[in-house]
Amino acid sequence: MPNTAITANRLADGFVIYLTADGGWSESLADAAVATSNDELDALQAVAERAARAGSVIGPYAFDVETDAGRPLPRGRRETLRTLGPSVRTDLGYQAARS
Amino acid sequence: MYRYDEFDHTFVTQRVEQFREQVARRIAGELTEDEFKPLRLMNGLYLQLHAYMLRVAIPYGTLSSRQLRRLGTIARRYDRGYGHFTTRQNIQFNWPTLKDVPDILADLAAVEMHAIQTSGNCIRNTTADATAGVAADEVADSRIYCEIIRQWSTLHPEFSFLPRKFKIAVTGSGRDRAVTAAHDIGLRLKRDADGNPGFEVLVGGGQGRTPVLAVTIRDFLPERHLLSYLEAILRVYNQLGRRDNIYKARIKILVRETGRDEFARLVEEEWAHIRDGELRLPDDEIERIRAYFAPPPYQALDDACPELAVQRAGNRAFDAWVASNVEAHKRPGYAIVTISLKPHGGIPGDASAEQMEAVADLADRYGFGEIRVTYKQNLLLPDVRKGDLFALWQALVAAGLATANSHRVTDIIACPGLDYCNLANARAIPVAQAISERFADPEREQTIGNVTVNISGCINACAHHHVANIGILGVDKKGKEFYQVTLGGAADENAAIGDIVGPAFDEDRIAGAVETVVDVYLAERRGADEPFIDTYRRIGLKPFKEKLYAAH
Repeated sequence: MPNTAITANRLADGFVIYLTADGGWSESLADAAVATSNDELDALQAVAERAARAGSVIGPYAFDVETDAGRPLPRGRRETLRTLGPSVRTDLGYQAARS
Repeated sequence: MYRYDEFDHTFVTQRVEQFREQVARRIAGELTEDEFKPLRLMNGLYLQLHAYMLRVAIPYGTLSSRQLRRLGTIARRYDRGYGHFTTRQNIQFNWPTLKDVPDILADLAAVEMHAIQTSGNCIRNTTADATAGVAADEVADSRIYCEIIRQWSTLHPEFSFLPRKFKIAVTGSGRDRAVTAAHDIGLRLKRDADGNPGFEVLVGGGQGRTPVLAVTIRDFLPERHLLSYLEAILRVYNQLGRRDNIYKARIKILVRETGRDEFARLVEEEWAHIRDGELRLPDDEIERIRAYFAPPPYQALDDACPELAVQRAGNRAFDAWVASNVEAHKRPGYAIVTISLKPHGGIPGDASAEQMEAVADLADRYGFGEIRVTYKQNLLLPDVRKGDLFALWQALVAAGLATANSHRVTDIIACPGLDYCNLANARAIPVAQAISERFADPEREQTIGNVTVNISGCINACAHHHVANIGILGVDKKGKEFYQVTLGGAADENAAIGDIVGPAFDEDRIAGAVETVVDVYLAERRGADEPFIDTYRRIGLKPFKEKLYAAH
C-alpha cells in the first residue's frame, strides 16, 4: 500500500488541514500522520470521520504521499497546491507565511 | 438602473438573516455539512481548494458606482483585497471566512446586491450584452428583458430544483455579444415587420464535456409572451430532463436526444396552456421596467471631436488604446470604453479593491455612475464623452488599467483553474500569463488584430474554450498538466465549436504552440482585414496542424 495521509478543509475558513498522529489537525502536511498499512489507514479514517460528524472539518479524504526521512510530501499538482496556496499569488495561502 | 422596490428589500434582508441563523447553527454543530451544504450553495458560498469562495450576482453585468465601491470595500474588509470577475458577469471572493459571510451579505443587501442563485440547479444570473442600451447597432435594450426575467426567476418555486443548473443570455443586436448559442436559452432581440420588439429563441446550447450549440425553436416571440414561453421551456425540461446522470442532465442533451422539431412541439404544446394566463406581460409593466433604464441626461454633442484626433495623433499609446478599447455609442459625441482587466502577464479578471474604487470614481467623473462587467472578464464604462477620453485614459494609466488589448490576443478568458478551483484538473491562469507575456508587445498585438483565446482548467469549460478561436483545455496526465488546443471556435452570431488540433502540449510548450498558431495565421491571412477566424475558415486545420507538429 502506498504511504497515505488524511486531509480535509476546516469549517471556520475552509483552509486545508491534515490529520496528525494525536488525532488533531495541522495546517502543515509535515505534521500529518502517515499510514503505511490498511489497518493504520482505517484507524486514521475513523478519527477523521468522527471529526467530520462533530462538524469541525469538512470532506476528509485519504491521499497518497511521498516520504522523505519519514516526513510526508505531496504527490501531484493538486495536493502540492493545497499545501501552498495559488501558484499565481505566492503572497496568499500557507506559502505566504512560510516564505 | 433598476432600483429595488420594497418587496426586493424585504426579501433580500430576510434572506440574509435566515442565512445568518443557518451559519450560526452550523458553527454550533447543530447542522451537519450534508445539511448545510445546500443552504450555503443557495447563498453562493462554495468550498474551493484553499478556502471558501463567495460568488456574488451582478444582474446582467450592470453595476452602479456605489455598488462597485462596496465590492471594493468587501474585498478589503473581509477578503484579501481583490475580487475575480467571471464570464457570467459575476464577481467571486476567494477567501471569506464562514462567520463573516452573513455580514458580507448584509453589506451587499444595503446596496441592492446578493448571492442568491449563483449556485445550485436553478436559473442563474441572466447575462446580457455588456453594451446594452448604448451600442450603436442595438435593436432594443436587453437589460429590460433581463430584469423581467430576473424578477420571474428569483426563487421561482417550480424551478428551484431543476435537473441541472440553467443559464439564460439575452443579446440586443444582430451582433451576438452575449454568446447566446452557448446557453441553455439564448434570446436574440429583433423586430417584426411592424417594428415591434421580440425574440429569436434558441435552446440547448452548452459547454462542458459535450459542447453543443443552441438551436432556434422560434423565429419570433413577441415581447409580451417572454415569460410564458420561458416557463413552457423550463416545464418541458423540468419534466423530461435526465436526473439519473449528471453528465446528461443539461437541457442540451434533452434537446439533442428529443430533436429540435419535437422539442419545439412539446414547448408549443405546453405554451398553449399558459400563453394568455398570468404570465402574459402587460404593456404597462414592460413600460414600468423600461423606465428604470431610461437614457441618462446626455448632452447634445457633435459626433465629430477634433481634439480627439489631435490627441490620438500626438500619443501612440493613447491611439492604440482608442483603437482597441473604445467602441461606437448610439449617441453623438459619446463612446463606450472597455477597461481591461488583462494587464500583460496578469491574472485575467482580477481587480484589486483600489482598482474597483478607482473605476467607480471614474464612472462618476466621466459617465453617469454606471459600470458594466463583460463576458470577457473586463469592466466597461458605457457613457464617456469623446472629449473626455484622453483624461480618462490618463487616469486609467495611473491606476494600472489602461492595457490596450480589448478583443486582442492577450484579452484572454481564463477560469480560476487548479490555482483555486476544487473541480479543476490543471492550472489555467499561469498559461494565460505565459501567453500574455509572449504577446506583450503592443505593436505586434495590434498587427495580429482581433482573436479570442480562452483557457479552461477542466472539461467543465467555465472559460468557454470550445467557442474560442484558440481554445485551450487543461488536462491531468498522471499528475502532470497538459493542454489540448482547439481552433476555429466562435462565440458570436456565427458561433462554432473548435476543432481539436492534435496531441496535447505540456506546460512549457503551450504558449509556444499558441505563438505558432498565430504565426501561421499571419503568414496565411489575406491582409490585415482578414481576422483569424476568417483565415481559419478559409484554410482549415491542416496548415496549423502541420506547423504545430512539424518537429514530431
